[in-house]
Amino acid sequence: MRSSRGRSRRLWLIGGLVLLCLAGSVMLGRYPKPYVTPLSAIRDNPLAVNLILHLRLPRIAAAFLIGMVLSAAGAVFQMIFRNPLVDSGFLGVSQGAAFGAALAIVFLGGTAWAVQGSAAVFAMAGLAASYFLARRIRLGDWILRLVLAGIAVSALYSAATGSIKYMADPTRQLPDITFWMLGGLWGITWKDVLQILPVIVPCLIVLFLLRWRLNLLSLRDETAFSLGVRPGRERLVLLVAAVIATAAAVSKAGQIAWVGLIVPHIARRVVGSDAQRALPASILLGGVFVLVCDDLARIALSGEIPLGILTSFFGTVLFLVLLLRRKLGVRT
Amino acid sequence: MSAAGILLSVKDLSFSYGPGQPPALSSVSLDIAAGTVTALLGPNGSGKTTLLNLILGWLSPARGRVEVAGKPLDAHTRRELSRTIGLVPQDEHVTFELDVLEYVLLGRAPYLDFLETPGDEDRRKAALALEAVGLSALADRSIAALSGGERQLVILARALAQEPAILLLDEPMSHLDIANTRRILEVLADMKKNGKTILFTTHDPNLAAAADIAVLLKGGRVLADGPSASTLNERNLKSTYGVGVKVVMLDGHPVILTRA
Repeated sequence: MRSSRGRSRRLWLIGGLVLLCLAGSVMLGRYPKPYVTPLSAIRDNPLAVNLILHLRLPRIAAAFLIGMVLSAAGAVFQMIFRNPLVDSGFLGVSQGAAFGAALAIVFLGGTAWAVQGSAAVFAMAGLAASYFLARRIRLGDWILRLVLAGIAVSALYSAATGSIKYMADPTRQLPDITFWMLGGLWGITWKDVLQILPVIVPCLIVLFLLRWRLNLLSLRDETAFSLGVRPGRERLVLLVAAVIATAAAVSKAGQIAWVGLIVPHIARRVVGSDAQRALPASILLGGVFVLVCDDLARIALSGEIPLGILTSFFGTVLFLVLLLRRKLGVRT
Repeated sequence: MSAAGILLSVKDLSFSYGPGQPPALSSVSLDIAAGTVTALLGPNGSGKTTLLNLILGWLSPARGRVEVAGKPLDAHTRRELSRTIGLVPQDEHVTFELDVLEYVLLGRAPYLDFLETPGDEDRRKAALALEAVGLSALADRSIAALSGGERQLVILARALAQEPAILLLDEPMSHLDIANTRRILEVLADMKKNGKTILFTTHDPNLAAAADIAVLLKGGRVLADGPSASTLNERNLKSTYGVGVKVVMLDGHPVILTRA
């Protein structure tokens, strides 16, 4: 079904899937009994209701929001850099945000705004460093150069974060920083959700409104310019929105890898490559992907599995499947 | 030719890609009349693509200026220019597999506000542009699944959806076989009939012979320009390419043969 109407219908189906996953996640947990929470518990058990309202719901909201952001940012980076193999984890953005967060915890008192702000600044610096390094590398094509530069910048940041860990107070600060390295949403409260919401929502709105222009920005610069686009300026607007939203997400959830790389590819398989549909589909499917992984993280075992490990595992498997079946939907 | 008929004018244009670099163009002047087809002919590195990028406004000249409809480029808004000049690059690297119609729709960008997405009218115009190059049947096909010739025609359709008065084409036929080259030339002839002003670059004198006007470039300078039938002579071509050629006339058009 290649017609645009058929693909728009698929976008609606994805919307349905979102509602189903959100509703389903509310009914999944380990209290009062493992896996599915019986409806009777919601009727008769005030503790279960309390738990759903104050622990499960904020966590579902956070997982969904963070998935939307990481996937949207991945889709934006891929189109703007005309590179199907990048996401925030490959461009120094996630590692920059984690470094900024660690720095704020150890040296800036660790308030929520300091952590988010510092994460955003270093995420932006990571992206800028990757981009300018890639332009100076004299090896391989643009896709390879950007990946190489991103790996180098990410590694530098990881080393710097390691030094901060070394200096951190092992009882108070170190557990907080270690949490970023693994990535997870345990302990998320409504307060956390409300702290990132006013940052994430405006950024997602900007990305959504400019979605069609992503197609223009994925053309060669001269061609985009001939179509009235100011490539440099428009890229900057989209990148700033994507990076700020990513930094906010990372400051709460830590490193949730592979979402931004794999989900946009899946979205393009489902609704086509036109960003007018591919971006909303990426946003929604990103939310679903992280939400489902987080459901597993909290219910699969009696203890919590770090979310970052699950997204990496499923992300890598899906990536390999697409790669081996040549279904990446891109020309390199 | 009266100055009133001149749509695109290049006056004393010089450009170099950086300090210390040799000039890519030196004192190039051209007047292009509305509704004509002009070929910029020259060997690789003669400055053809640079000239197109200067006319587009993508590059800024070190000296001289470009005028469109009697006004310097910077007296037009970016939007006006994008509705007036369309570009067909040598090849378009489309990283993500857009469908043909989705790609052609990108040509409607000059008519859309910053936050606007294409509507029914834009879709209709994109479909018309695709029809003009004879590829309506491929509207739903992925752009990655096209042959070289189809691809070049689709890129041309994207520029036509822009409804520009002037079309700039960079080596539009350099990778194509004879049949597809002929098809592109036919489409360009149709465009001319519809009043478009066309400027294309080529390194093949026989393709330049299909244009009304030929401009011969070498080392960033204009060696000769004028009606292609008289400009593409043995003397001019020898000084452009540095090798002897034989020109024979066939049905009033020059045919250029390389002399063994």
